[in-house]
Amino acid sequence: MVYRTNAMICTCTNCISNGALQVKDALEKEIKKQHLEGDVKVVPTGASGLCVKGPILVVQPEGIFYQLLTVEAVPHLVEEHFLKGRPVKSLMYVPPGEEAPIPNIRDIPFFKNQRLIALRNRGLIDPDEIEEYIARDGYRALAKALTSMTPEEVIAEIKASGLRGRGGAGFPTGQKWEFCRASSETPKYIICNADEGDPGAFMDRSVLEADPHSVLEGMTIGAYAMGGTQGYMYVRAEYPLAIKRMKRAVEQARDYGLLGKDIFGTGFDFDLDVFQGAGAFVCGEETSLIASIEGQPPEPRMRPPFPAQSGLWGKPTNINNVETWANVPVIINWGAEWFSQIGTDTSKGTKVFSLAGNINNAGLVEVPMGITLRQIVYDIGGGIPNRKSFKAVQTGGPSGGFIPSDLLDLSVDYDRLQEAGAIMGSGGMIVVDEETCMVDMAKYFLEFTTSESCGRCNACREGLQAMYQILTNICAGQGKDDDIELLEELAPAVKDGSLCALGRTAPNPVLTTLRYFRDEYEAHIKEQRCPAGVCKALIAYSIDPEKCKGCMLCVKNCPQGAISGEKGQPQTIDQEKCIKCGACREVCKFEAVTVR
Amino acid sequence: MPKLKPQDLDKIAEKVKRTMLLREGEGRVRVMVHMGTCGIAAGARAIMKALLDEIEANDVKDVLVTAASCAGLCSREPMMTIEAPDQPPVKYVDLTPDKVKEIFSRHIMGGEIVTEYALAQGSERML
Repeated sequence: MVYRTNAMICTCTNCISNGALQVKDALEKEIKKQHLEGDVKVVPTGASGLCVKGPILVVQPEGIFYQLLTVEAVPHLVEEHFLKGRPVKSLMYVPPGEEAPIPNIRDIPFFKNQRLIALRNRGLIDPDEIEEYIARDGYRALAKALTSMTPEEVIAEIKASGLRGRGGAGFPTGQKWEFCRASSETPKYIICNADEGDPGAFMDRSVLEADPHSVLEGMTIGAYAMGGTQGYMYVRAEYPLAIKRMKRAVEQARDYGLLGKDIFGTGFDFDLDVFQGAGAFVCGEETSLIASIEGQPPEPRMRPPFPAQSGLWGKPTNINNVETWANVPVIINWGAEWFSQIGTDTSKGTKVFSLAGNINNAGLVEVPMGITLRQIVYDIGGGIPNRKSFKAVQTGGPSGGFIPSDLLDLSVDYDRLQEAGAIMGSGGMIVVDEETCMVDMAKYFLEFTTSESCGRCNACREGLQAMYQILTNICAGQGKDDDIELLEELAPAVKDGSLCALGRTAPNPVLTTLRYFRDEYEAHIKEQRCPAGVCKALIAYSIDPEKCKGCMLCVKNCPQGAISGEKGQPQTIDQEKCIKCGACREVCKFEAVTVR
Repeated sequence: MPKLKPQDLDKIAEKVKRTMLLREGEGRVRVMVHMGTCGIAAGARAIMKALLDEIEANDVKDVLVTAASCAGLCSREPMMTIEAPDQPPVKYVDLTPDKVKEIFSRHIMGGEIVTEYALAQGSERML
């Protein structure tokens, strides 16, 4: 069947929660109504990337990008664009602060400045159709590895590519494979870690939802290289759509003989099960993950022995992250030399980030290593909304750190980020603006790690709790003079006394905020002041009589009835009644409400 | 289902490539069928269908077809514009499915402009 138009509608979890499936139904209905079903094909895809603008539709071959679609907008869209060939301007993307829409997806800066390797098929294929993956060079790398490369050659290629683990720590993938290959025990297990738990991070989910076969193919190549026979896809339970698509992908691959016995008729056997995660943050730590598959409580254990020697059921095991696996087929197809030309000296290839927080184009981006934070935040992310200014970007989730504005030109690279006190992490990137209190942010992350600490190591369990209590006190205006020193003493103790990366990195948000925003801590403790105006115990709202026009809008919106005054006259806030919700400041048109 | 051999990948890819090619946004020839209200009233739908049928019947994989709005010459609809590399765009007027068939084999496949159905070469100057 030949079509003239493909309507690629994003059906990732984000877009679905914004009504993408209803829009898809409406599209199909309307296309039928206009008798265009022979001309236009609706294709569900995953992870278009610009998540805040969903539901998203890209119409090919023109490449017209439509955003924020509603069921109501569909009839007009179908009639105008699909029938009459007139793209609908009112549904196109408009850059922040501008008025003219950008029709073509290739011209939108958010997309233009990205480079896709792990997400190479996003928005281009239907993730539920293995044939579409195959048509985009899918399973060719596996065929190449199985028929023309020895396992050692595959490992050598991955090593030469410089690929490092995308899950956070950045360990060289080829070396990890080599360790596992060197273990003589059998069977060997190959695991994909898709237990993505960082707040605000959804890179792995998007890869699984948009292109499950790329991960399967990567794992099968890895299994061949290391001598693995059984795989596990460990997906967190909170990702039902990813699990569903992955299970379907596994079935399709089995049907085609791309998983199971005698793959491609080469005599190589490998099969894989999808395992639903146990629901704790620590399950993403590899030894906890292994314990969880074995049916044990998910707790980390001492290393060595490393999983490459003794992992699942005591057998050699290799664990890589979703994004790492998705890179593998491309490296085998295109070669290590090509791959290693992208990126920096020590960090090769690209990295997927989920861009969240106070940023215009929140969403999913894949960028070459070495790009600066400024390019990500401003060129791709479209800058900070509501004319606020940039304060910091947090990378690496609860294990990472905050990077301040004077380091915006830092290049994104495992080592540069580490030097700045943060980490690459799995790819969470949270942007915060000037109205964010850094002590409060550090407290937020500590609250997360405190509650997710599995409790096995004293230092992590008790130490984080103690640090969290200190931060809570500081935010409540009860900080003591020696609190900063105490935090700086506790942090290394927690790091040193913890078995796994959760504890070893959990103090990072505190350490980096102390390093770059120490003045904010001091203002809280010594001056009883929250400079960003966030910590309620330390702020008071007042109305500037010079600016107040007496419009009474704040009076109407105050939930406490704390504001009084005559119409046309400056209003006043009763501090006894005020609960510091900030409603008055939000509604004031004259910026007369101030916080101090 | 039969188990795949490495060479089977090409066959599967070939089968779905026609649809997939659309998504790359690149083709050897781009054909625009003008489907404004005037075009549709004059029979542009049949033109579109005839064109897609030809493409399918001949198993052509490098021609992109799009609907375009009214070209401004409503009295000569249905119309289509063909953009081939190294050639100025050509506008065809007063089309019928039979004419489309002929234009398809002579112009789209053969690269020869069918002057008897063509209105003119070139498009309006933009901006």
